[in-house]
Amino acid sequence: MKRFLGFVKKEFIHIFRDYRTLIILFGLPAVEILIFGFVVRTDINDAGVAVLDLSKDETTQKITDRIFSSGFFKETDYLLNYNDIDRIFKKGHTRAVIVFEEDFGARLIKEGKAAVSIIADASEPNVATLVSNYASAIIAGFNREMNNTLLSSAPVVQPEVRMYFNPSLKSHFMFVPGVITMVMILICALMTSVTITREKEFGTMEVLLVSPLKPVQIILGKVTPYFLLSFINIITILVLSWFVFGLPVKGSLVLLLLETMLYILMSLTLGILISTVSKTMQQAIFISAIGLLLPTILLSGFIFPIENMPKIYDYVSSILPPRYFIVIIKNIMIKGTGFMYVWKETLVIALMTVLFTVLSIRKFSLRLQ
Amino acid sequence: MPEAVIKVENLVKKFGSFVANDNLTFEVYKGEIFGFLGANGAGKTTALRILSGLLAPTSGKVIVAGFDASRQPEMIKKHIGYMCQRFSLYEDLTVKENIMLYGGIYGMSTALIKQKTAALLERLRFGGYGDRLIAGLPLGLRQKLAFAVAVIHDPEIVFLDEPTGGVDPVTRRQFWEMIYETASRGITVFVTTHYMDEAEYCDRVSVMSEGRIVALDTPGNLKKEYNAKTIEEVFVRIARPALANKQY
Repeated sequence: MKRFLGFVKKEFIHIFRDYRTLIILFGLPAVEILIFGFVVRTDINDAGVAVLDLSKDETTQKITDRIFSSGFFKETDYLLNYNDIDRIFKKGHTRAVIVFEEDFGARLIKEGKAAVSIIADASEPNVATLVSNYASAIIAGFNREMNNTLLSSAPVVQPEVRMYFNPSLKSHFMFVPGVITMVMILICALMTSVTITREKEFGTMEVLLVSPLKPVQIILGKVTPYFLLSFINIITILVLSWFVFGLPVKGSLVLLLLETMLYILMSLTLGILISTVSKTMQQAIFISAIGLLLPTILLSGFIFPIENMPKIYDYVSSILPPRYFIVIIKNIMIKGTGFMYVWKETLVIALMTVLFTVLSIRKFSLRLQ
Repeated sequence: MPEAVIKVENLVKKFGSFVANDNLTFEVYKGEIFGFLGANGAGKTTALRILSGLLAPTSGKVIVAGFDASRQPEMIKKHIGYMCQRFSLYEDLTVKENIMLYGGIYGMSTALIKQKTAALLERLRFGGYGDRLIAGLPLGLRQKLAFAVAVIHDPEIVFLDEPTGGVDPVTRRQFWEMIYETASRGITVFVTTHYMDEAEYCDRVSVMSEGRIVALDTPGNLKKEYNAKTIEEVFVRIARPALANKQY
């Protein structure tokens, strides 16, 4: 035990003396959370909208006010005729133009309907879709009120949409769990694989193997510090996302932390496995960074829903551990569900941990034969 | 009859169909400096790994420090020291931290390590270097320190795998003084080297070629037997044909 502790102490010295590793270990997660949280957004905020009001009556004024007071849009220009639309789109600040037909208010009262068009700049399709959806929703809300007060005679089927768990569709809800998932597997696998291959490359591994330390003690000694540091990391991320984005943990914090520990453990064993197949630090970095980063972002369901993927990608994604952890962490953090709802995913990650451990041990002892 | 600390009888090690060690038989006596020579790829490293408990022999009997290499490699590991051809101390740890780490790994008490460290730094005239990072030390000092660390726990045998590679002649000489001093304390030194002048310093040398030991005697007897002036000549005569066969 004393042997082991001395070895762990040495690992900590390695980590704390190498400030670059420390920066990666603690800086990267925080930076990623802030970048993904603030920059990569799928909700809109102050999108530029111009109005072409050919009617200029009380109703169009009301709708316009409602649109701009929503917080999603800001007015960029007030147009006078159709020719202005092309010009203002080319200027680039305007995402959409809302056009009210002539005699809008009068027709609405007389005929019961009036036309409003939303013309969106579709050179950025995602933004265009979002802007038009948000604007339509606001106008639909206005419609509903009109139906209730003025024109209650006409029976109309009106869907009332409610966004459960995330009423205002904040994209932080999607990114914070995703970033935790991505950063943890990346950091843990990367750090462990690099620290083990470093000993191999420098020749110190040979001396350690000849020493009375057992291989399992060497590996555990390497992994223990990273396990502790990653756990501190997770807590930092949770606190950060709570203070900066106001994202609470709805479910049990204890369950979340336990699941996270399992996930960290899985990532560490994956790192050990990577270190047994790579000869140099460069290989280890390459496999962990390139091999894990892109698949995690693209295929784990972090940003793009797995249901929308072609079947083959769905299969590929099912061997990625992050896919399962994202489900777990979203369930606990956002939906507030208990263990009963995530036991299958937990089991998959636990099995993966066992698999990686068994494979690493076999690889490791093969090398010693 | 001197006491044997390493006894090897009919050692065979195969990797698949490749025979790395072909029926080795030899003994190493307590307190002697045993030179283990051979061209690259002759099977030295494999034999060294078996003797240090890192690899299991395919067949044959290997006893090191009284323990069987195929059944008690863990016990062997406790009674030997090892220094490999690549530098084995941690560059981002200080001299004292390195000694503390290896001493701890070999189960020494902290008090004993501290006492040994002080004596060692004194003996190597390393006084001012104790709290310096290894990265800042010149290569010669590092190699000497690595050797001192490899015998910090007073093992019965110390294995040195090409310990003087890339070291300047002056440091090499000092290094060999350390080896003599260690052997005089009763620690057996098992050393592989490519420097034939170093082979002359050994009590006995063995020469390996293609997995077999082709010569084993004192440097003086070998030179007489092959009618050569230096061990280098002996080595070239024995090991050269094997090298040539390997390459063409």
